[in-house]
Amino acid sequence: MVAERFGSKLIKFYVPLVLYLFFLLFPFYWMANTVFKSDKELYNLKLNPFYIHSPTFENVVHLFTETIFLKWMANTFFVAILATLISLAASLLAAYAIQRLQFKTSGPTGVAIFLGYLVPQTILFIPLAHIIFKVKLWDSLWSLVLTYPTFLIPFCTWLLMGYFKSIPKEMEECAMIDGTSRINIFRKIILPLCLPGILSAGIFCFTLSWNEFLYALAFISTTSSKTVPIGLVTELVRGDVYHWGPLMAGALCASVPVALVYAFFVEHYVAGMTGALKE
Amino acid sequence: MAEVRLENISKHFNEVIAVSDFNLSIKDREFVVLVGPSGCGKTTTLRMIAGLEAITNGNIYIADRLINRLPAKDRNIAMVFQNYALYPHMSVYQNMAFGLEQRKAPKEEIKRRVKEAAEILGIQDLMNRRPKQLSGGQRQRVAVGRAIVRKPEVFLFDEPLSNLDAKLRAQTRVELKKLHGRLATTIVYVTHDQVEAMTMGDRIVVMKDGFIQQVGSPLELYNDPTNIFVAGFIGSPAMNFFEAELIRAGDLISLQTDSFGIDLPPEKTLVLKGYSEKRVIVGIRPEDLLEAKKHVPGKTIQTTVEVVEPIGSEMYLNVSAGHCALIASVDRKTKVQPHQSFILEPSLDYLHLFDIRNENALS
Repeated sequence: MVAERFGSKLIKFYVPLVLYLFFLLFPFYWMANTVFKSDKELYNLKLNPFYIHSPTFENVVHLFTETIFLKWMANTFFVAILATLISLAASLLAAYAIQRLQFKTSGPTGVAIFLGYLVPQTILFIPLAHIIFKVKLWDSLWSLVLTYPTFLIPFCTWLLMGYFKSIPKEMEECAMIDGTSRINIFRKIILPLCLPGILSAGIFCFTLSWNEFLYALAFISTTSSKTVPIGLVTELVRGDVYHWGPLMAGALCASVPVALVYAFFVEHYVAGMTGALKE
Repeated sequence: MAEVRLENISKHFNEVIAVSDFNLSIKDREFVVLVGPSGCGKTTTLRMIAGLEAITNGNIYIADRLINRLPAKDRNIAMVFQNYALYPHMSVYQNMAFGLEQRKAPKEEIKRRVKEAAEILGIQDLMNRRPKQLSGGQRQRVAVGRAIVRKPEVFLFDEPLSNLDAKLRAQTRVELKKLHGRLATTIVYVTHDQVEAMTMGDRIVVMKDGFIQQVGSPLELYNDPTNIFVAGFIGSPAMNFFEAELIRAGDLISLQTDSFGIDLPPEKTLVLKGYSEKRVIVGIRPEDLLEAKKHVPGKTIQTTVEVVEPIGSEMYLNVSAGHCALIASVDRKTKVQPHQSFILEPSLDYLHLFDIRNENALS
């Protein structure tokens, strides 16, 4: 009986889990594997590619000494954090207004914001480039800070709308009878209750901004203003020469902050995504 | 301390009319219960008094002050919600103190008042807990406590007991009534439960489809319902209704159905003048159908027992007489089996007659 149950769990749960983990983690393994190999070892087809024969740090050293990787990291942090803050502030207010303030066009406004999310970046970057040029932000990190919210706000607004919906209206009404102003209700009741939602929206924004490629490629050309994804690809791929080692080292280092963010907030993230308010 | 007056209040949600021409004057310190089935407009009325819902037409006064456009916070009311609406991220103390803090009351004053309210409700030991660590009954107390610390002029209760189990509900009912005596404040209480309405209210307002059906003390509603709806809504088990024809034979008027007849006392004759030879709806409460030893045509009803429901204190008999299905509430010691015949005597003083078309009481 017990063995039977375990067998069933093995097939339905553990086997798919292992396959899925393999699918997810193999690229990371490959990345880490490449970082600590010398070029000589990397291009030697006779050696077993899944194993590091003579580990070396030369790729990491190359990354930090031959490129301005730390500057790129700082740039990416700057852009990601500011874009996240802007997007969160805007989406919190938008979501609250759409969900709770009864005005005639609240429904259509919500849909319009959602439609904005459906416009692909590959189309949007052309008019955005035009605007960025006009407002003289070309080649500045601010161009990214201001354009990332175009795809972050719609998603966050919808995520938070779902979250606000789960907060009983009576709580606000009670506070209103108690003499609390709208803005204080928002500050003292809604925000603390929505913290998981805000966190998951924030993590989402941060990750997307951190990884963003297209806008950064289109709007930034000076090496010292580049973000990590662009910096690595443009500076470590020279023509058709791929500096695999440093490239992978950069990718590995760049994935650390995102991994850390997820590791710390994973519970909130799940709670926020499922939109449940636990009383 | 305030009276509440509602004059010609109505509320429309686009095409839907939630409340129509609502007139009610609630005296100072009165406990008024709004009762009715769901969707009858009782909660909407309460929310209009609270200022959470704008009124479409009419005027609302609290203590002779017109408050139609006054925001909720300036009406000096407190409301207890059905789901309690406690703030999950605050402790019980913070929940209770929140309203006073918002009004910038001095710290010492807040402490004293919260303590006082907690003592009244017996929740002193829970002050540091979070709402999720409380049982349903305790949450309900905290919700009431949060309302009473503010010392409002009017309390509004929106089905505050519906999330409690039956035993706790009965207990809390008594406590709320005691609290009313102690606080001596006007209370408007909304419920769909007629037992709650009957046991708690000084006066009851029965509503249906946005209209007031009847306003009166619990016993007035029970003894003299103005229409079939009120008659059927108040009382448990519900009043029996059946159709009958009024037959006049000389000075005597009797009710005739397909299977039995009931002679009416002469004093009813006058009222029924216009109705002879017409069909009416007869209503009689289960507790007004008494067991009789012998069948006397014109006085008693010969029935067959279908189902026996002993509930302990009494016994409900589901019986049939021709096409009529009746429920009688008889003594718990009555010896009776299903399918046996049973003679019932309606007590004529408590017989209710209603017009078949407009369903109003004939009186």
